[in-house]
Amino acid sequence: MAFVNDVRFAADKRAILARLRAVLPPGALLADEEELRPYECDGLTAYRALPLLVALPQTEAEVQAVLRACHDLKVPVVPRGAATGLSGGAMPHEDGVVLSLARFRKILRIDPLARTAIVQPGVRNLAVSEAAAPFGLYYAPDPSSQIACTIGGNVAENSGGVHCLKYGLTVHNVLKVRGFTVEGEAVEFGAAGLDAAGLDLLAVINGSEGLLAVITEVTVKLTPKPELAQVVLAYFDDVQKAGNAVADVIAAGIIPGGLEMMDKPATHAVEPYVKAGYDLEAEAVLLCESDGTPAEVAEEIERMKAVLEKSGATSLVVSRDEAERLRFWAGRKAAFPAVGRITPDYLCMDGTIPRKRLAEMLEAIADLSAKYGLRCANVFHAGDGNLHPLIMYDANQPGELERATAFGAEILELSVRLGGTVTGEHGVGVEKIDVMAAQFTAAEIEAFHRLKAAFDEKGLLNPGKGVPTLARCREYLQTRAGIAPSSVSSDAAPRF
Amino acid sequence: MDAVLKEWADRVRDAAERQGKLRIRGGGSKDFYGGAPAGETFDTAGFRGIVAYEPTELVVVARAGTPLAELEAALAEQGQCLPFEPPHFGYPAVLGATAGSGATVGGMVAAGLSGPRRATVGAVRDYVLGVRLIDGRGELLAFGGQVMKNVAGYDVPRLMAGSLGTLGLIAEVSLKVLPLPVAVRTLRFSIDEATALSRLNEWGGRPLPLAASVWHEGALTVRLAGARAAIEAAQAALGGEVVADDVAAAFWQSVREQTHPFFAGSEPLWRLSLASTTPPMGLGPQLIEWGGALRWLRGDQGAERMRAVAAQAGGHATLFRGSEALKAAAGAFQPLPPALLQIHRRLKAAFDPQGVFNPGRMYPDF
Ligand SMILES: Cc1cc2nc3c(=O)[nH]c(=O)nc-3n(C[C@H](O)[C@H](O)[C@H](O)COP(=O)(O)OP(=O)(O)OC[C@H]3O[C@@H](n4cnc5c(N)ncnc54)[C@H](O)[C@@H]3O)c2cc1C
Repeated sequence: MAFVNDVRFAADKRAILARLRAVLPPGALLADEEELRPYECDGLTAYRALPLLVALPQTEAEVQAVLRACHDLKVPVVPRGAATGLSGGAMPHEDGVVLSLARFRKILRIDPLARTAIVQPGVRNLAVSEAAAPFGLYYAPDPSSQIACTIGGNVAENSGGVHCLKYGLTVHNVLKVRGFTVEGEAVEFGAAGLDAAGLDLLAVINGSEGLLAVITEVTVKLTPKPELAQVVLAYFDDVQKAGNAVADVIAAGIIPGGLEMMDKPATHAVEPYVKAGYDLEAEAVLLCESDGTPAEVAEEIERMKAVLEKSGATSLVVSRDEAERLRFWAGRKAAFPAVGRITPDYLCMDGTIPRKRLAEMLEAIADLSAKYGLRCANVFHAGDGNLHPLIMYDANQPGELERATAFGAEILELSVRLGGTVTGEHGVGVEKIDVMAAQFTAAEIEAFHRLKAAFDEKGLLNPGKGVPTLARCREYLQTRAGIAPSSVSSDAAPRF
Repeated sequence: MDAVLKEWADRVRDAAERQGKLRIRGGGSKDFYGGAPAGETFDTAGFRGIVAYEPTELVVVARAGTPLAELEAALAEQGQCLPFEPPHFGYPAVLGATAGSGATVGGMVAAGLSGPRRATVGAVRDYVLGVRLIDGRGELLAFGGQVMKNVAGYDVPRLMAGSLGTLGLIAEVSLKVLPLPVAVRTLRFSIDEATALSRLNEWGGRPLPLAASVWHEGALTVRLAGARAAIEAAQAALGGEVVADDVAAAFWQSVREQTHPFFAGSEPLWRLSLASTTPPMGLGPQLIEWGGALRWLRGDQGAERMRAVAAQAGGHATLFRGSEALKAAAGAFQPLPPALLQIHRRLKAAFDPQGVFNPGRMYPDF
C-alpha cells in the first residue's frame, strides 16, 4: 500500500548530488537505483519509497556538512539507524536524502565508576551491554530487536524492552545526547550529571522520531547486573484470566523485573522456531521475572506464585538456571520473527492501555479477528499495558492489507477509548499518522507542529511523519466516522 | 471543560491580548527559586483535588492546586508514594512537621525538583505521564495520559517538569507512583569526602539496594530501601553504624526540606549538578547528595567560578538561594550555549507567543 506523504518538496537531484559529493568521501554517497533499493523501507515493509540519495557519513563534520547542504537547498533529510523500526519512521522521503548513521559504530568510552557508556548512534543496543558486562554492568532497556537496532534509533523512538516495567524506558536511561539541528548547529541535550540547565529538551529528543535533531552521540546509564534473576512461567486456560492476573500482581505491590504475556497463537508460532519449552496446551502464558539477591528473589518468587495461583494459573514453572531463564525469554523475544514464519505478512500493533482493561481488550481483539477474517497472535508487554497484537495477512491476496489495516485501526481506536494511546514504543512514523487524529485534537496537533518548528523551522527533518497535517486529520475523521461512527473520539473526549 | 479551567483560559487569553504578564503561583513555597517572580499573581489553589487514583494501576491524577501533602497522604494510605521525594520547602521550620507545607502538585511539576532518593529512582520528570495545560493562547491542551508507555506525539508532559511555568499553565497532571519500600535502613560511616565519593561510585556499580546518600562534615549517611533480605545482605557487605529509624527519618526529612543546619543562614546556596565521579572541589562548606552527582555549596565564591567549575565537571550550577541582588547579577541558572538558547526562545514563542507566563523566571529573556 502506498503511503502518500503529503509534505512534498521540489527536488533537484543533480544539485544536491553535486553538493554532497563535495563534502563526502567516495563510497559515502549512494545514488543509483539498485543501491538505493535496500533503503526503501524499514521494519514496516508494507510501506516503501525510494530516496533521491543515501548519505553514509562517518564523522560529525560530515553529518554537519550534509545537513547544511540539504538545508541550503531545502532538501528533506531522513535519519536512519538499523531500520528495524516498525512504524515507517526511517522510510525515505521521495524528494529527500536518507542520512544513515550506520557508520557511527564506535563505543567511545565505558566508565565503570560513573556507570556510563558514551556511544555513537549506530552502535547496536546489545553491543553496549556486551561491552559493559566485564564490569558487572549492562544497559537496561532491551527491545526484542536488540541484536540489530541502534542506540540512535532507540533514543529516537524512546524504545522499551521486556524489562522496562522495573528499569524504565530509553528516556529513563539516557543522560546526554549530542547531535545537530537540521541547520547543522551542534547541540547537546542533558548533561553528565542527573539534570541539565534550562528546559528538559532531553526528554523531548527521546521519542522524537528523527524529527527534531540528528543524534551523533549518546551517553547512557549502565545498571549493575542483579546477582540473580529467575522467571516464573504461569499458564492459563483462558486469556482473560491471564490478563487479570497481570493487574493482580501489580496490585499485590510487586514490581516484577519483567511481566510479559503471549497467547496460544503466539506460543504455537514460537515453539517450533525457538524450542523454548512452552506448554502448548495453555491458552496464555505469563512470564514474570524477579531479580535481586538470592534471598530476595526466593522471597519474591514465592509471593508471585501465590498471586498467580490465586488468579487462576493452571500451572507454574520457575526457571532452574540461567540457561533455562534465557531460553524462556528467547521465546518471547523471538515472537515477531516466529510469527513472520507462519504468515506471508503481518502488522504489529502497539497500543497501550491501563492494565485493568487487558481482559476487555483481548476479548475485543478476538471479536475483531472473527469480523475481519484474519488471524491474530498476541504478544504483550503486559506489565506496562503495552499490546502487540500481530495481525496476519497476505499482501498478495487482494484486499487483505486493507482489511488488516482496518483491523489495526479499530484496535488503536479502542486503545484510546480505554484511556490509552495508539503507540507505546514503536512510534507514529507513517503507520499511525492518521490515527493520531483519534487521540489528539486539532489544537494539540498544531501545538506539536509548533514544537517541531522550534527545532526545524523549514520542516526538513523527516517531514510528513510523526504528526499529521491537519488536512490528514480531517480526512481521517471523516472516513472513520463513515465506517465506525462510535469509534472515533470527538474533540471533547477526555483522556484523563 | 471544567468551569474553573474555562475561566483560567479566558484570563490567559485576556492577558495575551493586553500584553499582560501572569505569575503562576501554587502555594508560594518555591517563590525563592529561579528568577524573581513578576506579573499579576495567578493563583492555582482554586483548582484542587485528586481526580483519579487507582493503586493497582500505579497512577494518580491530580489537579494543579492540590496540596502536595494531601496527595502524599492519599498515596501513603495505600502503601504507595512519589518515589522521587519532592521537596515541599514550605513546612513551618519545625523538625518533623508534616502538615501545612503549602506546596502544590502543579508547583512540584513546574519546579521539577526531586529529593534524596532521586539518584536511584529517577526525578519528577521520570514519573510524569500526562498533563493538561493552558498554553499562552488560552487553549486547553492534553498530552500524554495515564499509561506507562506512550510515544504518540512529542513528550510535552516531561517537558513541563522543571519548566518553571514558562511554557504553560499546568492544570492537571497524571503521575506514576510506586509501592513504598518494604523496609528501609540507614547506615553511617565516618569518612572523608574523597573516600566517600569513591565508595559511593563504587557501590553504585554493585547491585545494592541504595536509596539515598549524604556526605557532610566527615560523615557519610546512606539509606538502603527494598526487600528485607536485600537490606540484610547489603548491610553485611557495607558495614557502617546503624542509625535509629526515627533519627534517620528526621535526618532525611531535614535534607529533603533543607531544614538541616547546613542550609540555615543567609549565605548564598549553590546547587551543582555534576558527574558523580567529580573529585572533591575544595570550594567551601558543602553537603553532597545523589551519590556524588549533587553538591550543595554555601558561600559567595563568585558565579563565574561556580559555573566554570560546574561546566568543567559536565554539569551546571544554580544559585539556589541568594539575595535578589546577587540573583539579578548572576542569574539563577547556568547560561545556555547559543544553539540551545535559540531553541529555548523558539519553544517559548511556540507555547506562549505573547510571553504571558512567568517572565524572567528561568532566564532573563523569557
Ligand atoms: C523483531 C523486532 C522486535 C522489536 N522489538 C521492540 C521492542 O521490544 N521494543 C521497542 O521499543 N521496539 C521494538 N522494535 C522496534 C525497533 O527495533 C525500535 O524502534 C528501534 O529503536 C529502532 O532502532 P533502529 O536503529 O532500527 O532505528 P530505525 O528504524 O533506523 O529508525 C527509527 C527512527 O529513528 C530515527 N533515527 C534513527 N537513528 C537516528 C539518529 N541517529 N538521529 C535521529 N534520528 C534517528 C529514524 O528517522 C526513525 O524515525 C522491534 C522491531 C523488530 C523488527
